[in-house]
Amino acid sequence: MKTTNKIITNINQVSVDQVGIGDRVSRITARSVKNEAKIQGLKMALNMIDLTTLEGADTVNKVKQLCYKGMHLHDAYPDLPTVAAICVYPNFVGLAKEQLKGSGINVASVATAFPSGNSSLEVKITDTKMALDAGADEVDMVISRGKFHQGEYNYVFDEIAKIKETCGKNVRLKTILETGELGSLDNVRKASDIAMYAGSDFIKTSTGKISPAATLPVTLVMLEAIKDYYYETGIQIGMKPAGGISNSKLALHYLMLVKETLGDKWLTNQWFRFGASSLANDILMQLEKQRTGNYQSKDYFSKD
Amino acid sequence: MSENKINLKSNWDLAPSLESTSHINLKKKYDLFIGGKWVKPSSGKYFDTNNPATEEKLASIANANKKDVDMAVKAARKAYDTTWSKLSGKERGKYIFRIARIIQERAKELAVVETLDGGKPIRESRDIDIPLAANHFFYYAGWADKLEYAFPNRNPKSLGVAGQITPWNFPLLMAAWKIAPALACGNTVVLKPAETTSLTTLLLAEICEQAGLPAGVVNVVTGAGDVGAEIVNHDGIDKIAFTGSTGVGKIIQKAISGTDKKATLELGGKAANIVFEDAPLDQAVEGIINGIFFNQGHVCCAGSRLLVQESVYDVVLRKLKDRMESLIVGNPLDKNTDIGAINSKSQLDTINHYIKLGKEEGAEIYQPEGKLEKKGYWCKPTLFTGVAQSNRIVQEEIFGPVLAIQTFRTIEEAITKANNTPYGLSAGVWTDKGSKIFNVTSQLRAGIVWANTFNKFDPTSPFGGYKESGFGREGGLHGLEAYLEFEN
Repeated sequence: MKTTNKIITNINQVSVDQVGIGDRVSRITARSVKNEAKIQGLKMALNMIDLTTLEGADTVNKVKQLCYKGMHLHDAYPDLPTVAAICVYPNFVGLAKEQLKGSGINVASVATAFPSGNSSLEVKITDTKMALDAGADEVDMVISRGKFHQGEYNYVFDEIAKIKETCGKNVRLKTILETGELGSLDNVRKASDIAMYAGSDFIKTSTGKISPAATLPVTLVMLEAIKDYYYETGIQIGMKPAGGISNSKLALHYLMLVKETLGDKWLTNQWFRFGASSLANDILMQLEKQRTGNYQSKDYFSKD
Repeated sequence: MSENKINLKSNWDLAPSLESTSHINLKKKYDLFIGGKWVKPSSGKYFDTNNPATEEKLASIANANKKDVDMAVKAARKAYDTTWSKLSGKERGKYIFRIARIIQERAKELAVVETLDGGKPIRESRDIDIPLAANHFFYYAGWADKLEYAFPNRNPKSLGVAGQITPWNFPLLMAAWKIAPALACGNTVVLKPAETTSLTTLLLAEICEQAGLPAGVVNVVTGAGDVGAEIVNHDGIDKIAFTGSTGVGKIIQKAISGTDKKATLELGGKAANIVFEDAPLDQAVEGIINGIFFNQGHVCCAGSRLLVQESVYDVVLRKLKDRMESLIVGNPLDKNTDIGAINSKSQLDTINHYIKLGKEEGAEIYQPEGKLEKKGYWCKPTLFTGVAQSNRIVQEEIFGPVLAIQTFRTIEEAITKANNTPYGLSAGVWTDKGSKIFNVTSQLRAGIVWANTFNKFDPTSPFGGYKESGFGREGGLHGLEAYLEFEN
């Protein structure tokens, strides 16, 4: 690939200072989001959720329930938005697609030997095709972290480009960097740049299978990469932190990061997603608290 | 580069989030704190202290005169002779620890009063000013019984009565910087806060009372520069500690020449913040913002001159402008406010004078959009580009949220420009390369140099200037030395 070398040279120039990132994050987390602003933020967050189940123990019924939940988050609360997407393994894509018909909710499928990514390109393409054939609207791929750490950035780049090619124009590709395995914020930045230049539509922090998953500092580094890329190319890239975001307060911190780094243009589920399984219920509890003045028992919210 | 512009104006506005003031019980009138008692000023005169964000009166403050200062110095001398210099370091330390703990207990009250009286955002008074003030007392309390270890074989002795004059930008914090080491070393104190921001210093006097500090160890006299002059010229004073403008610093130095009075002067600055092309640029931008807009730029060590390597100038300027769009200027009591009110009408006039001057000198000005409140004293964060070393906005201290931006090509040029100022208080260097940090910082003529950060303070770290930024150090071991004499 002709462009690759140029890009690798470019991306080596951007360095990240961990202490500075921490300072900026603490400014953001000190923002106080109250009353109307809080309700607006929480509804926005609900609408950005990729409601996720990625377990060996997933069953047909569980996926069905999850799809229903995505469409009817809490019927007791009027005018709630739906989630953005349901995120499942490729073998459940067909089922989810059928359940969500007409709801406007997308089906996202993980692919490319999720979560480790330890397989050949052929297998990864086949895996992706399986999800696409079943009707996936979005594909969440993982990068080859081993190759990245070995310095084979071209391999990582080409692999992402190939999977994007497989997805085609209409299926959005989210590229999971698995930042918890990258070792430094400099590497997070480098992997973000590779993923964007290789054609990803979204960059995503984590599989949710290893710890640490998404963190605010990592997300800030990725948002800044998206910003620079936007200025450089005019192409808007989406962001998806995933894993470990299980309460409303944290979700609002993430949204505040987006607001102050990229602005309103990114504050829609077209360009920002939360990969989460338990966040929705916590937000619902907070919304009910704002509406009724009282916290309600967790038992009033369905666990799916 | 494409024409895409990030727009940070948002439909998702933050709702007002005001810090509560219901726990604040300000007195209508504050007297002088002399010899452990609240004493009416002998002139019978009081002046108003106002909230710069609303222009409303907060309280009346006693206007001291020569007679009051004399009384305060005598009270301090008596306390020094009869009690404080006789106490063991361990006992002195106990009182100082107690003051530190009461500051922590009353932190919320102190933060709100600091913000009401001075206009600084509650985020800063709550997270920086007040905790740091408490930390200074904690830190120096620990040294009180260890002076012989701090200066082995030098037989440290206290000086006597210290006359201390503090500025209006960090009222409580500067009082802590001055009182804590003075008391730890066994001196007594007559302190005069700046006339626009006396309240938290008076609350600190209350705290000294609450801590049971012996009468006369800390005395607070309030008023304007004339009261400060009475302290400086008083025969009973052994040491002057002054933080404020270089102009006044020069007057003080003249006044005490030929006397035995020791002095530490912490004066103005015009710090260069140097950004190299290999710096982590987004974090450097954050440091630039923090360097110049912290406390509305009312900071003697503010990074008011930005020097950017020409290869990254466009990018840095773009990032800086983007970041400035998300800064919230407004009610200092709102927890989301980034830039509060300018401390006083006269300071606002000074800043506006320099902004006008910058435009007249042909520099290009940038201020983010947005409206300012009608009432109160406000100034938008301001950038000037296209400036040269000969511009007055580059040479003179503005003490406001105004940044002058220049470019440089080589390291030598950066160092020459950075050092080409009568001041020498602070500087900043931003680069990813460790060797460059050592190379550059060792050539900068400034008392405090930050690398890849800016405006970070800690009680253990000495603070003070070169050249016309003053002499003597506050903070750390060095800060003790300023309140001791040595017999060898």
